[in-house]
Parts: sequence; structure tokens; C-alpha cells
Amino acid sequence: MMSDSPHAVEIRKISKFFGGFQALKSVSLTVDHGERIVICGPSGSGKSTLIRCVNRLEEHEEGEIIVDGVALTSNLSHIEEVRREVGMVFQQFNLFPHLTVLENCTLAPIWVRRVPKAEATSRAMALLERVKIPDQANKYPGQLSGGQQQRVAIARALAMNPKIMLFDEPTSALDPEMIAEVLDVMVELATDGMTMLVVTHEMGFARKVADRVVFMDAGEIVEAAPPEEFFANPKSERTKLFLSQILGH
Amino acid sequence: MSALTSLNGVRWIRENLFSSFGNTALTLFGLAVVWLVLVPAIDWALVRAVWSGDSREVCLDPAAGACWPYIEARLGQIVYGFYDKAARWRVDIVFVLGAIGIAWLMLPRLPSKWLVAALLLTVYPIIVFVLLSGGIFGLDVVPTSRWGGLLLTLLVAATGIVTSLPIGIALALARQSDLPVIKWMAIAFIEIVRGVPLITLLFMASNLLPLFLPDGMTADKLVRALVAFSLFSSAYMAEVVRGGLQAIPRGQTEAAHALGLGYWTVTGLIVLPQALRLVIPGIVNTFIGLFKDTTLISIIGFFDLLGVIQSGNADPDWATPNTAFTGYIFVGAVFWAFCFGLSRYAGAVETRLAHADRGQK
Repeated sequence: MMSDSPHAVEIRKISKFFGGFQALKSVSLTVDHGERIVICGPSGSGKSTLIRCVNRLEEHEEGEIIVDGVALTSNLSHIEEVRREVGMVFQQFNLFPHLTVLENCTLAPIWVRRVPKAEATSRAMALLERVKIPDQANKYPGQLSGGQQQRVAIARALAMNPKIMLFDEPTSALDPEMIAEVLDVMVELATDGMTMLVVTHEMGFARKVADRVVFMDAGEIVEAAPPEEFFANPKSERTKLFLSQILGH
Repeated sequence: MSALTSLNGVRWIRENLFSSFGNTALTLFGLAVVWLVLVPAIDWALVRAVWSGDSREVCLDPAAGACWPYIEARLGQIVYGFYDKAARWRVDIVFVLGAIGIAWLMLPRLPSKWLVAALLLTVYPIIVFVLLSGGIFGLDVVPTSRWGGLLLTLLVAATGIVTSLPIGIALALARQSDLPVIKWMAIAFIEIVRGVPLITLLFMASNLLPLFLPDGMTADKLVRALVAFSLFSSAYMAEVVRGGLQAIPRGQTEAAHALGLGYWTVTGLIVLPQALRLVIPGIVNTFIGLFKDTTLISIIGFFDLLGVIQSGNADPDWATPNTAFTGYIFVGAVFWAFCFGLSRYAGAVETRLAHADRGQK
């Protein structure tokens, strides 16, 4: 079902405080259907907090967020509606260690979408095929390498058939040799037209797939531009400094 | 081959028991303690023990050890308490059904575990109640004051174990709730019940509670004691389970919520299965404590395993220098056997779950 809402995600002037610390300062960002956004910035800049607000793992205190036409408020049924449509991949994978890879991928479809078990299983197997680890289906997460675990986490999120995918530093906890296998899967996903918000420092990935690169610092969006422009002509000094730091060596 | 093994044996002994002066001293000290304790114990309980006879006369020899005929003569009371002799077959059925059910659950190979567990928790208690109390189907009424011995001990322990885990889980979840009323009620319950000695709770249940309740509204004294036991161990269980809940990383609930799962599915499918697994040793510890605490029921006038032995020790027909000691040793051995069994079974479950996690199901 295609949504009638004009935008996939609309973030309007949201602020978020952790105690006395303001993590987000009146941030606005509109994401179109099928758009791929890469968010980067120094640590503590609020980029993870921003995407965690999109599926309400963090509550914003001011402003409004509309995800696929549904406004995120304290209304629990709205929150669950949004979470069904928004998949998320975490830095630390967060697979369920007591369930097999396959069970990790069928749990939510069975319990949230009420998909029959056989159907959920065949769909999960197709997704594991897509992330290239169907042979690990009956293993437990603890038996897999970091790269494999993260690919399972992607398959688990995709099993819910989400319209939007959030990636919170998906490769930061991986050994260098495993980063490529995860990025490959993400590139493929982007090519298929998934709406994606990706927090990452992988600038190669940003160049390759992003429609827009968003640079955040100190709880604000400093600049947002298509990658060619962003990398060739950063406007702000802060962006230049950041880029020189991560691309400089 | 034997030469090689004995050589390995000698080397093992040298490396592990006599590797240094301190180690050698400790080894010798340990052996001395074992010698000084074990030898007289075996001598008393087995070698010098009196094994047969039908009166105290056989145990009066000053050189005699344990007086086992006393246990034999008392076995009926030890198992059934003062339950009517003619109706003891009803207790036997209860024991046999319970043993079959538990064995079924414990042997991994047998099928339909959930069905058997459901029967044990629903139909079996009804059967137990009907058989033990009587009053219908032409069964004579046996008042709970006559129930005793091993029967009573197992009844109290089983009730406590079966009720304390679910209540404890509910309390632990309530204590972590975002709803302040639920949370504070759970905290108040846990802290009050845990802060009061079990004996106090039992006295309140047996003596004070009837004073508070309106006339004619009273529950059987044993039922009141069972409730006191359940609530007491639930409070402890709640804290054990809470320890497990706190050990689950936040990422687990976040990932589950991000998938659209609600509170109950996250709790039931993600958090509790992991948390309970972590605290199996604590749960078993609480069960074992509960099992031994059942002896306190003798203080409010019931004759459990220990109570029966204590009353037997005062019996002039069996007054010998070794009677009381024999009785206590026997009861101790029975309690130890049950608790050790519980602990070994829990160990096996832990090993099995650990293997399952590594995929060696």
C-alpha cells in the first residue's frame, strides 16, 4: 500500500533534553519517500538521538514528528503504528541471543503482524538469502561474526516490511574486514528504493547512495546537501573541519 | 596401561596436593579433618548401629550407635503424620501421581511437556485436595490437623514453589513499572514481607488473622499457613527475578520495541526468558531455602517431617541415648536428599540451556 502522505518523515523544530543538556536544538528535516539520507557529525552532535526520535525510542519535548502521515505523540497506538512501519538497525546489533537467527527474523511478523508461522519462516529465509547468510538460519547469534550478526539484524528489520529504515552507526562496532559485507547489503537496499536514514561515518557509502548528506553538530543541523556538493563545497567552517578530520588521513 | 595410569595418578597427586610446603600442609590438614569427622560418623551410623529389633531394648547397649529400628517403627508417622491409617492409600496415590508428573517433566526425552505441566498445575491440585481432605465421593473427611510428616512437608514446599515463582515474577515486573501506584505497592509488599521473620507471618496467619476477619469467615489454618509461606517466598523470589531483569541490556528492549512489539510480548518473549535463565541459581536457592523453612510450620502446631520426629523423640517407648540423634540425622538426610536433588536438577537445566545457546540442542 502506497501512502498518501506527502513525505516519509517530517521533523519540525524538535528539541530534546537529557536533564539540563539539550541534545537537539529545534531541528527540522523533511525526508521524501524513497529518499536516502546520510547523517554525520562528531560524537555527541545529536545524530543518533535524532533518528531515535523517529521511532520514539527517544521522546522529543518540543516540535513535532510526522512519520508517514502519523504524528508521534504519547499516543501508544500511534507509536506502535509507526514502529511497525519503521525498521531500525543498531550499532550493537541487539539480536535476541536466546533465539535462533530464523526466530529473530520471524518473531515480530508472527506476533505483531499475525503472519502465519510457515509464511513468516519462508519470508525470513528469503531475506536471509538476500543478506547472504541462509545457511546460518538455525544458529544462535552468539555463534556468528559481527558482520553476520549485523546482516541478520537488517534481515530482522526487513521482515516487518518497513517503509522506512533507520541505521544507527551500523558499522561502528564491526572489525574493518566486516564493514564491506554490511555496506554491500545496505547499498543493495538503497538501490531497491528503500527510504533510509543512516547515521554513519562511512563517507564512501554516503557518496555512493545518499541523496542528501546532513551534517550535525552540537544538536543542530549545520548543513544538508547532495553528496557531490557536500564533499566538494562544504559551506560551513564546522563542516570543513569535520570533513578534514575524517577524510584527512 | 595400568603402569601408565598409576604413574599419571602419582604425578597428579604430586602436582595438585603436594606441590609446595603450604599445599602439603593443607592436604594433610584436610585429610586429618576428614579422618576425625568421617570415621566416627560412619562408625556410629553404620558400624556400631543397631539395624533390627522391635523395642528400645535393642538400642540400650552402651556401645551401640544409631538406633535405626526406631525410624522403622516410626516410618508410618514420618511419611503420613497422623493421617488415618485406613486412608493412607489416598496419600500414596497423591505421591505416585506427583512423582510421575515431575519425572515426566524432568526427563528431556518425554513428549507433551506443556500438557503435563498444565495438568500438574490445574487438575493435580484438585485431585490432591479431594483425595487428602475427603468429604465427597464417599471418602472420609481427614482434617488438615492430622496431615503431617513428609506429606505435609512436601505439600507446603510444593505449594510455595509453584506459587512463589509466578507471584515473584509479577512483583518484580510491578516493581519496575512506570506506573507509580503499581510500583510503590510492589515495593511496599516486598519490603514489608521480607523485613518480617517468617515465624511472625506464620503466627499472624494462624492466630491473628482469625481475629481480624468477620465471624464465620475463616479459612483452614493450613491454608492460611500456605498463604503465608507463598507470600514470604514470593517477596524473596521477586528480588531474585529483579536481579535478572536488570541484567538484560537496554538494547534488547529497544530492539524489540523498534520492531513494534508491545510491553507484554517484549516482557514475555524477550526479557523474561533471558532474565530467568540468568537467575536459575538464585531461584533454586530460594526454593531450597523455602523447602527447609517448611519446618517452621511445626511452631504453629503442625507435625511436619521434623515435628513428627521431635514428638517421636519424646516417646518413652523408644527412649535410648541415641534416639533423638538418630531421628535428627535421618530427617537431615531426607532434607539433604531433596535439596541436593533440586540443586543437581537445576545444574542440569543450566547446562542444557547453555548448550542450546551454543546451538548444540
